[in-house]
Amino acid sequence: MNFDDTPEEAAFRAEARAWIDANAPKHLQPILSGSGHGTAGDIADFDMLAESKAWQKKKYDAGWACLHWPKEYGGRGATPMQRVIWNQEEGIYAQLSFTFIIGQGMCGPTVMAWGNEDDKQALLPPLAAGEDVWCQMFSEPSAGSDLAGLRTRAVKDGGEWVINGSKIWTSGAHISQYGILLTRTDPSVAKHKGLTMFWVDMRSPGIEVRPILQAHGQSGFNEVFFTDLRIPDSQHLGGVGQGWTVSLTTLMNERLSIGSGMSTGFETLMDYAVRAPGRDGGRLVDDPAIRSKLADWATKASGLKYTSMRALTALSKGEEPGPENSIGKLVAGATSQDIATFAIDLQGEAGILTDPAQAAHAARFQATLMRSPATRIEGGTDEILRNIIAERVLGLPGDVRVDKDVPFEKIPTRA
Amino acid sequence: MQFDFNEQQNEFRQEARRFLAAECSTDRVRKALEGGGFDRQLWQGVAEMGFLGIAIPEEHGGLGLGYLELCAVAEEFGRAIAPLPILSSVYLAAEAIKTFGTPEQQSEWLPKIAAGAAIGCLASSEGERLTEKSVRVAFANGALNGTKAPVLDGDIADVAIVLAKEGDALSLVLVDLSQDGVARKALETVDPTRGQASLTFAGAKAERLGERGDGWGNFQTLLDRAAVLVAFEQIGGADRALEMGRDYALERMAFGRQIGSFQAIKHMLADMYVSATLARSNAYYGAWALSTGAAELPRAAATARVSSTNAFRHCAKNNIQVHGGMGFTWQMDCHLFYRRANQLALALGSLPDWEEKLVMRLAAANEPLAA
Repeated sequence: MNFDDTPEEAAFRAEARAWIDANAPKHLQPILSGSGHGTAGDIADFDMLAESKAWQKKKYDAGWACLHWPKEYGGRGATPMQRVIWNQEEGIYAQLSFTFIIGQGMCGPTVMAWGNEDDKQALLPPLAAGEDVWCQMFSEPSAGSDLAGLRTRAVKDGGEWVINGSKIWTSGAHISQYGILLTRTDPSVAKHKGLTMFWVDMRSPGIEVRPILQAHGQSGFNEVFFTDLRIPDSQHLGGVGQGWTVSLTTLMNERLSIGSGMSTGFETLMDYAVRAPGRDGGRLVDDPAIRSKLADWATKASGLKYTSMRALTALSKGEEPGPENSIGKLVAGATSQDIATFAIDLQGEAGILTDPAQAAHAARFQATLMRSPATRIEGGTDEILRNIIAERVLGLPGDVRVDKDVPFEKIPTRA
Repeated sequence: MQFDFNEQQNEFRQEARRFLAAECSTDRVRKALEGGGFDRQLWQGVAEMGFLGIAIPEEHGGLGLGYLELCAVAEEFGRAIAPLPILSSVYLAAEAIKTFGTPEQQSEWLPKIAAGAAIGCLASSEGERLTEKSVRVAFANGALNGTKAPVLDGDIADVAIVLAKEGDALSLVLVDLSQDGVARKALETVDPTRGQASLTFAGAKAERLGERGDGWGNFQTLLDRAAVLVAFEQIGGADRALEMGRDYALERMAFGRQIGSFQAIKHMLADMYVSATLARSNAYYGAWALSTGAAELPRAAATARVSSTNAFRHCAKNNIQVHGGMGFTWQMDCHLFYRRANQLALALGSLPDWEEKLVMRLAAANEPLAA
């Protein structure tokens, strides 16, 4: 049992480390190393966008972009393990890639699997180079966990499709050049059967992007409205009516992003607990009630870390990551919320303060408190993740689905 | 990266699983529960398989393998909730004698323990939560006086490692239990499949194990090592309880459907899977630290201990819940796992002790440099 690289992995790591050391935008180090946890998923501001694009282009020119993609589309043809090693070595600079995660991690692979060759040649290299940002338009106001219940309508009109409807929770739509769009093309068949996927130029007339003001007062996601948007027929990905199968490609690729461990915030809490004074002149860690909480969260943070080491071991042997990796977000999301809530309790009434100059520990816990509800919802709610574990890992039956064989247009929409 | 057991270690595990599936069904565990006493025949079978001497050097009659092999086999003993004194004899007594004993003590006891001919135990508790200052059993001039209780496997052990006061210091001492100065009394417990006793020493002849005054530190070292091995028993038990709950949820019908199709049940089982998985990963971390002699063993051991204690308890109690009323019958095996989960949670010191150790060890690693 060891954590050592194989000789090949070590050589790859050395090569990656040397290149990063010589080329990383080190002037950004103070900003990137100061950013707290719980903010991933919020698209950074426009200065950061320019820096992200510059770093991505530099990587692309040197052959370090989209490591897992084939070379012909701008990638490196690397193994999954090499991709993980790259991510580890890229460290804080990987935050500059957040802008491209959805495009390169989900949209690109979907286009690669289902698009025609001309489109792949035209679309994928600029995506790898960071020239284009892509977004993924799946969720709708009335179709979240029940994604196949989406209502955005695509109607064929000659050689084009006319799209009307709206999407929500679209990360980065406001800075995207392209997107993939899941639509309903046939409401007269069962809900999973009447869907079709398209790729779309986001600059087309008929698309309006509006930022959502989120519950914590920031805007990272958007609503996207389609009013008579026209898409050439050549832009559907996979067959008409095959959209559900195509969307699974996209969602499967999400799972491959293991090793990008989500933070529980435990280290921040521990850091706080050893520094902050407790009652009667002691430290917080001297209180058994506090220790009991800390110990439980310590085992969760550690358990996630070493679960990911086990997954990497399997990956290193050439095994594919399975649905068991769903536990990462499930545990980290709820734990980070619990930790933040507990940490502000420890601050007494001053736990309400949010000005980093006044609040304890630069108001990091307050920031996580307000962001963490989203973590438990985005990319699969806690409840959907539990279903995935129960059904695909433990082999329990799927839910009874009353709408399964009903034509979509006959499914009740009101209680 | 090879953060997993290798092929040879896994084969070893399979061998243990096959043996225990054939020889240690829950029917056999029940015999101990229902007053059948110590299953010496099963114990001899385990000894013949070599499992008791895995980490004992060959010169002392063991297999001379490493801790990873022992961890792999421990998981199987946990799955089988074996009614055997492995924790006491192998993880504690043999380790104590191997680590702190003189060559004479080692050659006297290790071959017997490896062969199953002698059973060892660790006597530390004196009936309340143990601290460095609470020890009253006293060792002086080669004689031991006082009472230890409860002592796991104290009812059947041949030799005890005792944490005792020696003047104003603490020492570990070794006591042959087959002498007149030792009185034992069996105790009733939550888990009758594992014997417990009080041991009263009245001028019993004893000898020091390790240096005078090193008792508390050596005792903590022993607990840390055993905690990793017990963590594997706990994850083995947790997995089995989860599998029982899953299987029942697939088979039991209510409201015209398998109960495993209800989200309330599915999510309970998913949460059991999550805690069992986190505990497994933490146990592997402990195994890595134990097998490599890493300096962070105390942290890794406490992490594994707290995690697997919580996971086994969680899986054992919710396994009963999934079974509904059936789960609360004597006839179903659910309570065997519930009992064992709580027995293992208390052996080696209860959860608050380990939570304190874990957090204090993490805090020590996290001290501000300037402080």
